[in-house]
Amino acid sequence: MQAYLKLDHIDKTFSRGNASTEVLKDINLTIEKGEYVSIIGHSGCGKSTLLNIVAGLTPTTMGCVLLENREVNSPGPDRAVVFQNHSLLPWLTVYENVRLGVDKVFASSKTRGERDAWTMHNLNLVQMAHAKDKRPAEISGGMKQRVGIARALAMEPKVLLLDEPFGALDALTRAHLQDSVMALHQKLGNTILMITHDVDEAVLLSDRIVMMTNGPSARIGEVLDVPLARPRKRLELSTNAAYLKCRLRVLEFLYERHRFVEAA
Amino acid sequence: MNMPATKTEPVTMLPATVAPVVAMTPKRPPRADKYIKMVRETAVRGVPPLIVLALLMLFWELVCRRAGSTLPPPSRVYKDTKELIFDPFFDRGGIDKGLFWHLSASLQRVALGYSLAAVAGIALGTLVGQSVWAMRGLDPIFQVLRTIPPLAWLPLSLAAFRDGQPSAIFVIFITSIWPIIINTAVGIRNIPQDYRNVAAVVQLNPLEFFWKIMIPAAAPYIFTGLRIGIGLSWLAIVAAEMLIGGVGIGFFIWDAWNSSHISEIILALFYVGIIGFVLDRVIAGLAKVVTRGTALN
Repeated sequence: MQAYLKLDHIDKTFSRGNASTEVLKDINLTIEKGEYVSIIGHSGCGKSTLLNIVAGLTPTTMGCVLLENREVNSPGPDRAVVFQNHSLLPWLTVYENVRLGVDKVFASSKTRGERDAWTMHNLNLVQMAHAKDKRPAEISGGMKQRVGIARALAMEPKVLLLDEPFGALDALTRAHLQDSVMALHQKLGNTILMITHDVDEAVLLSDRIVMMTNGPSARIGEVLDVPLARPRKRLELSTNAAYLKCRLRVLEFLYERHRFVEAA
Repeated sequence: MNMPATKTEPVTMLPATVAPVVAMTPKRPPRADKYIKMVRETAVRGVPPLIVLALLMLFWELVCRRAGSTLPPPSRVYKDTKELIFDPFFDRGGIDKGLFWHLSASLQRVALGYSLAAVAGIALGTLVGQSVWAMRGLDPIFQVLRTIPPLAWLPLSLAAFRDGQPSAIFVIFITSIWPIIINTAVGIRNIPQDYRNVAAVVQLNPLEFFWKIMIPAAAPYIFTGLRIGIGLSWLAIVAAEMLIGGVGIGFFIWDAWNSSHISEIILALFYVGIIGFVLDRVIAGLAKVVTRGTALN
């Protein structure tokens, strides 16, 4: 099968004056269409940088990102991002936040009415249609993140990039939102690249888990296939042998072989 | 507030039974309470300034009542300027007009100069906030120019425009533009990277980015600048008009001084103060409406 999204020998060095730090070293990864891939690693290993590179928000030093065999090096709606801290515009309502992207992406291909319907459709997907006229400050953290997801989905991205999307949420809300994302992935078949530092989350949601070594010069240490059938049920998995094995593999990688050095 | 009214309406239309009486009586007290509360709140805010004002007037009256005092007491001011107070609209040609005409002439100059300053200030502030090169190039110049007192510009602008009217407007413009530029630039520089990322992913073009992200995100800062600007321009207009002459509250004051009508000066100062306060409130109110969304966060 042809690679859908390909990260080809990506190096990233940040330089400031004479000092330069190599953050990422020789990152190679291919992702197939419809696949859910998680990137996990200790904080500071450059996983957010890697996501920003795929999003086109950060330029690479060497190497390139190929989407459907075409190089992408600037941001665009084909790689929509769900940001860690939701990044909704506080002066717009929930509806207007989603509509902003819809209006740009479908400016010529959809009529005004169709764009409205499409915006509402996406708000319905994340069960936020009831709060469409509220402002971000008036809804909870979990709801904001739902709207962030709706905004990204509404752009009909080829790849959906999730930057620690549940990191700032409490455990119960997080579990609820993870189930929502799983259901959406099942329903829409999106290709998803997610950054996370939560082992359970990675195993539960992903088809493959990419484990990064510690920075500087972080590399891909190991890629783990998660051979669990979908749809997955959180409760059933907690006693599933394959699930526990995957979880153990990731934990071993993170805490035994690449323990986080508290040097910084 | 409407709740009790709408609820009692259908009830009163029913034939008189025990029910409406029972339904209405418990609803009355909260409404009355509300009015009492409102009156009390108004009193709490309004009474102290009134008392202080009355005491100040009394003090002024006592001090200036003595024979040989250089300034008139409030009672004299009122007696002398009764005509001006009660007939602000007379127009006997030239500069012999009612206070309304003087104030409106000044306000028109401020409106024009300040509007130009707001547009140019926000545009330049955006440039300085957005482009590092523009900031390095322009910021030192702005920092020097903004310290020049408003009236120091007047001779230069008179030389350039050879007319009082555009010169006064220019002085307003140049006085109020600096806080607008500087605050807008700070606001633009403080736009969170997240919003820029969102704009990049959605692929807003520069014009859309300006209207949909920059202006709303920087609005609280911009309005701080606008509010300082309107205050400064009202300060500058009085001084500028004293020098350029013609119709305007500044020249009215200067004219009153030359004719030794001290009471008229005091009345004019009162109006200048009130209008300056109202202008400030108007911009503050506008800011409240416009930045409603941003302020919440």
